[in-house]
Amino acid sequence: MTERERRPPETPGPAENAPDPEDAPRSFTESVGAWFGTAVGGIAIPVASTVLAFLVGGLVVAATGHNPLGAYKAIFEGTGLNPLSYISEDDRRGAWADLQQTLIIFTPLVLTAIAVAFAFRCGMFNIGGQGQYLVGVYAAVLVGTSLSGTPSFLHILIAIGASILAGVIWGGIAGILKATVGAHEVITTIMLNWIAIYGGQYLFELGGPLQGAQESIPRSDPVMDAVHLPAFPLSTGLQPLHIGVLVSIAALVVYTLLLNRTTLGYEVRAVGFNPEAARYGGISVGRSYFLALAIAGAFAGLAGSLDMLGWKYTVATNDIQISAVGFTGIAVALLGRNKAVGIFLAALLFAALQTGTSARQLDPAVFPPELAIHLSTLIQALIILFVATELLIVYIWGARKRLGFGGPARVQPELKA
Amino acid sequence: MATIDAAERPLADRLRRLTEPRAIALLGIALGILAFWLALPPWTIRAAGIPISVGLLGAFAGLWALMRDERKLGIWAIAVSGLGIAAALWAQGRDESSLQAVVSVGLVTATLRFATPLAFAAIGGIFNERSGIVNIGLEGMMLAGAFFGIYVAAETGSWVLGIVGAMIAGATFGLIHAFFTITMRADQIVIGFAINFLALGLTGYLFRSIYGPEGTPSDVPRIPDVSMPQFIKDIPFVGPVFGDLSVMTWLIIVIVVLSWAVIFKTPIGLRLRSVGEHPRAAETVGISVYKIRYGAVILSGILASLGGAYISFGFGGSFNENMSGGRGFIALAAVILGKWHPVGAFGACLLFGFASGLAQRLQGEADISANLLSTLPYVLVLIALVGVIGRSRPPAAVGRPYVKQ
Repeated sequence: MTERERRPPETPGPAENAPDPEDAPRSFTESVGAWFGTAVGGIAIPVASTVLAFLVGGLVVAATGHNPLGAYKAIFEGTGLNPLSYISEDDRRGAWADLQQTLIIFTPLVLTAIAVAFAFRCGMFNIGGQGQYLVGVYAAVLVGTSLSGTPSFLHILIAIGASILAGVIWGGIAGILKATVGAHEVITTIMLNWIAIYGGQYLFELGGPLQGAQESIPRSDPVMDAVHLPAFPLSTGLQPLHIGVLVSIAALVVYTLLLNRTTLGYEVRAVGFNPEAARYGGISVGRSYFLALAIAGAFAGLAGSLDMLGWKYTVATNDIQISAVGFTGIAVALLGRNKAVGIFLAALLFAALQTGTSARQLDPAVFPPELAIHLSTLIQALIILFVATELLIVYIWGARKRLGFGGPARVQPELKA
Repeated sequence: MATIDAAERPLADRLRRLTEPRAIALLGIALGILAFWLALPPWTIRAAGIPISVGLLGAFAGLWALMRDERKLGIWAIAVSGLGIAAALWAQGRDESSLQAVVSVGLVTATLRFATPLAFAAIGGIFNERSGIVNIGLEGMMLAGAFFGIYVAAETGSWVLGIVGAMIAGATFGLIHAFFTITMRADQIVIGFAINFLALGLTGYLFRSIYGPEGTPSDVPRIPDVSMPQFIKDIPFVGPVFGDLSVMTWLIIVIVVLSWAVIFKTPIGLRLRSVGEHPRAAETVGISVYKIRYGAVILSGILASLGGAYISFGFGGSFNENMSGGRGFIALAAVILGKWHPVGAFGACLLFGFASGLAQRLQGEADISANLLSTLPYVLVLIALVGVIGRSRPPAAVGRPYVKQ
């Protein structure tokens, strides 16, 4: 695998300005860049970016008169990931409930991240994960509240199938527009997001076609008990951990196999690497664009049904407005560098952040939860900013050398080489 | 290009072009729109036959063009004519007073009001795209302008200082975008997305931290309207539309003209365009690619933040989390539809503003869900993109990082 492939794909089109790595003598930047492209570097940049993002986020917390260390500690305590909380009998129950919550949130994040990563490998930036997720939610609710009398297992399969189909359609529209008229996927998927948001609010608003029996609440009926996903035997509490988490991990395997072991995956990667060369090699570029976005939509739609059948059971217009699963999925994919393991770890990080900052977990005396939600958005943004910028890490490294606390400053970083 | 051709050709030649399939298809589209319009005030024709016959005429024109190899426009003419007939028949079923309420001078004012913030962001988008940088962070820059503008206005009690505050915030976000995309050469779309997220998190955090659950104070100074002298207000149609427009609406009209002049008629504009088309060539003749790009992206941040300021303390009077609501992205679509030209983009913004204005006014009168109508501008963007792309060419170097030699 080349170094180029490890980076987030650039905008399609030949990069004429980039120096040719074959003939140009390697500058300091390039050699460091090459090191970052290795296995160690592939981990080092995301980790360094995350640390840097938390540092900058801490500055904002400190600037608004709160104690950043206390805030981060409180958030971490609420994630259920602290092994120390499992020692004492009293804490264990609470910590176990927190961990379940983290894993419940982890599930859709993995899937929406795959939706972004798959399109990324085809050279496209799918910002439409949110819309594809939402139409999946609507389809699951529609099927889950109708077809009564269907055997449970079959009913679940139909609901999940409907969600996947809805996601395929929503992603496919953007794919067709890209393949036929060349409409940029960033704009079309964002428009489709808004259409899904307002369209969904229309479906479930007061008097809307799918509004539930309670006339005063803009919310769907809860899905039938028959379509509820089974929970893990050991899970407890009001929101037990459903088996969807296994589905999302299986999806990571499917994603990796699909991309690396099938003709479709080869074509998708070839188009993402260089559409012109792929076309010359006999690959239908338009078909790859369409399939990549449709499959991306399938993963995001699946996330919608797992959320509905696993623990939410009902959707209100308010939920549609505040949902950000698809957007967080973008951050997960970028931090995870479109790799299955990376997505797994990054989704765990963001799920933990979300659980830890939720109003239920956080003591308002330590750090106000309504601020913490925005803090986690802020940290996500900073992580994306830093992780997309390999040169920044190189730059900071170089500055450290220049300032004389990282060994002799032999070579100046040539950022403008 | 077309204008130069037209000027040089003799009159007979130009007349012949009017009977070409392309012209006939455009006529068909116009007839389709006319079919709908005839059912609306001030005409309000009640006989079903008239819009149907006009619409059918339009459809036939489309068909005629379609059979003479003007496929795309021909299909458009048929589609628009069909929709025009359907909409006209629907409108004829409504009573006259509710039609009057929806279609009136107020619709023109609403169009301008909704188009204003879009146009600020779109003009900003034109500057950065012309310099070769994609900026999908316009949305976040608007949001930053909306928050920091209203914050400074509330603190100082002056709307002018509020606008200055918004501009500083927009410039800062523009600088961040420029630093990461130009100096650090990171992927421009990813950074733009991060800018949106950053603005969303930062403004949300500060909004809750500073104002708590009560929200922004109700006595925030607002950006005033420009009240025209009475004799202008008395002119029919012109008076009610232009009598009391916001300062920002007048400002954007000036900026559209000014930016057209700067981009196409000045040496700076020539440099800007050359950097976006062929940065290496531009650098060869001594133009600093980095300086021009930094300037363009910061300027786009300032313009987008002005649009945001208009949203929060222009026609509103308060700030809400994520109140930019996708306008930055609609502005991006307007840049494409307007073919990277300020006047064209402003026209596209008016179109989207019209969709928003129409949606808002239909809510009150027709019995259609507000949420369903809110999808209208976004659907329109999708349809418009399908219609225009292929005939709209971006600057050649857009989206590619430049490595200085």
